Amino acid sequence: MSNAISIKQGLDIKLKGSAEKINGSVAQSNVYAVKPSDFIGLTPKLSVRQGDEVLAGASLFYDKTNPDIFFPSPVSGEVVEIKRGAKRKILEVKILADKEIRYVDYGAADAASMSREEVINKLVKSGMWSLIRQRPFSIIPDYRSMPKAIHISAFDSHPLAPDMDYVLSGQEALFQKGIDIISKLSDDVNLNINGKTGHSKAYESTNGVKINRFVGPHPAGNVGVQVNKLDPINKGESIWYLYPQDVINIGRFFESGKVDLRKKVALTGSEVKNPQYFDIVVGASIESIVSNNVSSDNVRYISGNALTGSKVELDSFVGYYDNQITILPEGNYLDFLLTDGWFGLGLNKLSVSKSYFSWLMPNKEYTLTTKLNGELRAFVVTGEMEKVFPFDIYPMQLLKAIMIDDIDSMEQLGIYEVDAEDFALCEFVNTSKIDVQHIVREGMESLRVELL
Amino acid sequence: MKFIENFFQKYRNDFEEGGKNYKWRTFYETFFTFAFTPDITTTKGSHIRDSIDLKRTMFFVVIALIPATLFGMWNLGYQHHLAVDGVDDLNIWGNFWIGFLQSMPMILVAYIVGLGIEFLFAMKHHHGIHEGFLVSGLLIPLIMPVNTPLWMVAVATAFAVIIGKEVFGGTGMNIVNIAITARAFLFFAYPTMMSGNKVWIDLAGKAPVDGYTGETALGLAVQGGAEAVNNAGMTLMSSFWGNIPGSIGETSTVAILIGALILIYTGIASWKIMLSGIVGGALMGMIFNWLGPQYFPDNLYLQVDWFHHLVLGGFMFGIVFMATDPVTASQTEKGKWIYGFFIGLLAILIRTVNPAYPEGMMMAILFMNIMAPLIDHYVVQGNIKKRMKRLKPVKA
Repeated sequence: MSNAISIKQGLDIKLKGSAEKINGSVAQSNVYAVKPSDFIGLTPKLSVRQGDEVLAGASLFYDKTNPDIFFPSPVSGEVVEIKRGAKRKILEVKILADKEIRYVDYGAADAASMSREEVINKLVKSGMWSLIRQRPFSIIPDYRSMPKAIHISAFDSHPLAPDMDYVLSGQEALFQKGIDIISKLSDDVNLNINGKTGHSKAYESTNGVKINRFVGPHPAGNVGVQVNKLDPINKGESIWYLYPQDVINIGRFFESGKVDLRKKVALTGSEVKNPQYFDIVVGASIESIVSNNVSSDNVRYISGNALTGSKVELDSFVGYYDNQITILPEGNYLDFLLTDGWFGLGLNKLSVSKSYFSWLMPNKEYTLTTKLNGELRAFVVTGEMEKVFPFDIYPMQLLKAIMIDDIDSMEQLGIYEVDAEDFALCEFVNTSKIDVQHIVREGMESLRVELL
Repeated sequence: MKFIENFFQKYRNDFEEGGKNYKWRTFYETFFTFAFTPDITTTKGSHIRDSIDLKRTMFFVVIALIPATLFGMWNLGYQHHLAVDGVDDLNIWGNFWIGFLQSMPMILVAYIVGLGIEFLFAMKHHHGIHEGFLVSGLLIPLIMPVNTPLWMVAVATAFAVIIGKEVFGGTGMNIVNIAITARAFLFFAYPTMMSGNKVWIDLAGKAPVDGYTGETALGLAVQGGAEAVNNAGMTLMSSFWGNIPGSIGETSTVAILIGALILIYTGIASWKIMLSGIVGGALMGMIFNWLGPQYFPDNLYLQVDWFHHLVLGGFMFGIVFMATDPVTASQTEKGKWIYGFFIGLLAILIRTVNPAYPEGMMMAILFMNIMAPLIDHYVVQGNIKKRMKRLKPVKA
């Protein structure tokens, strides 16, 4: 596998505030939380009540339609609050962490001597199964099913994304152990690495996986793109996917027998004073990471990256699968037409089209705000999405099929091959300011419900 | 600029839903969003967005039209002098001023009527007007003869905006190009005002000099082929520069190409449509150059050099500014090649082999506007078939 697959369509958005490769010291988070909204399609049923004591690894809530799948507490302590929203929807299950974390002991194990069923059983029984997801739909897979393949994307190409090489450093052994476990689940385990020279070095020595190289701009790091280039998903098929830190956590779990969900997150964005990495436990509060490191008040906190992350408040928590926090300035102010608006030169305005003169500075790093930069309009401009969408799919036609809820057309146009995050750049470049990712997610959900 | 901002902010609530001036919201929102990119932030999906919006897009199309517009104005004055005084006067400002006075009323009428109607429709929905007409309003006068009466410009614009666009749902929903609709309306309703040899030059009531005909190059080509065109001084070079009679904005290939470069470089219009259109037109011209003398010696129009065809009439203007309208063109990238190619091909075909009128660009674009969804359908079906094929071995 020496030949790299080259991705031509796409866009690397250069933003200010990439994380320096040092580990910041983080004030220990007091309260941790798991948010059911991080899990697509989940109808949660609580296993704990307010005031209960839980150990790390014990169930907080489980899937109503598939009660075997539960979601473990990342820390031990007291369940202090179950935050609910409209219609009593569960938003956050908060745990006040003990000083010394106590774990449920699921027993260390050696995957080499275990069968596929035994490995699956161990992952499901401990809640670690929640780290694995499937395409299509980005849901937690049915453990009784057999995926076509398993894919691990070893690099993240989103704006300001954490450097997965740095994240791996020092944990290579755990990663290999994790890979050995994952390999039990499928014969076709793929590690998709960045083919650009000087990247993904540490991943190249991984054993027991097929290594695929990808070169090109974002979304080259998206697992959806990688799978599409290697072997597209057809109707009725599925692949499973994980990110490197999840693999490491699975490796750690088999070594110690404890659900110890640690990860490194990058604190990034133009509004961060010292963008750097932090070692946290999953579900840590945003405040504990961000504290005193923000340079302005009028900012948006994003768990995840600027393209696909979710908006959170300062008193909220890091998403279950997120490995990045981005802080951007809010764009809730007016831009006068001559200076910064649609009539101006626009030296500070990033655009894929060359209609603003910022194209004179191709290597500039931008401070982008959350401004919509326009108003909602009908789909007018064509051809712009195709420039950033490396699938053999017609993005606009698929979107229109979703908008009119035409399930047959969605299937024919290839909705199983994509996920909302693959459309993030289409949404970014869209002149008409249509909420593309939301539309794709709705379409996928309506299909998923249809198929159940 | 703070005082303008304060002014708008002061009255903002009055125009919100439930405010005392809600029914006039269209006006407020239109002028407010014209002056300021509003403070709307992203709520779903990507938190950051590209800086481009429809205002900027349409603004750049207008910028791209400016060279053709300015040249067109100058050429009106130049043609006026040529017809009335018989002098070849290349004076810049004098000619421009004459042309400016002749064409500005048409531009103003098109904008006032079109935007007026857009306001009425937008008021029904309480939103600001959408930007599409900023371009249509300039295109409509540019593709009309200068002698078109103002009331005809008004009627044609009203027809195009109401029947061509608003009944389909407004900007982005129309089937055929708005400006072409306006021209086609006049072409069929008042054919004598849209072709012939009386309409292209405003004599301003004066008698023309002896020997002056007022024919356009295409009119001459019908009668006497390339020879007549060249004899009248409309050589390849002068057609390329554009000092020949014709619709206001369409004569200068140079000015249009400057606009084309702006549109292509900024990525706003599709170069695929432009290129394939020129290839299609050139190919059809070559075929006729080859077949014409052998099989149809009577039709001298067929013998006009294919490269001369490309710089005459509305061919270039149509392919650069009208065919590339993203709403009415093919929406798939493959489809754009086919769509553009057939516009070029049909334009030359209709031009040369129909007996009634000497130009074919308008018909070619109208026809391909209607065909565009069909082209897209087959392009998309191709993609679907590929996906189905992949599925088969799995089933087996």
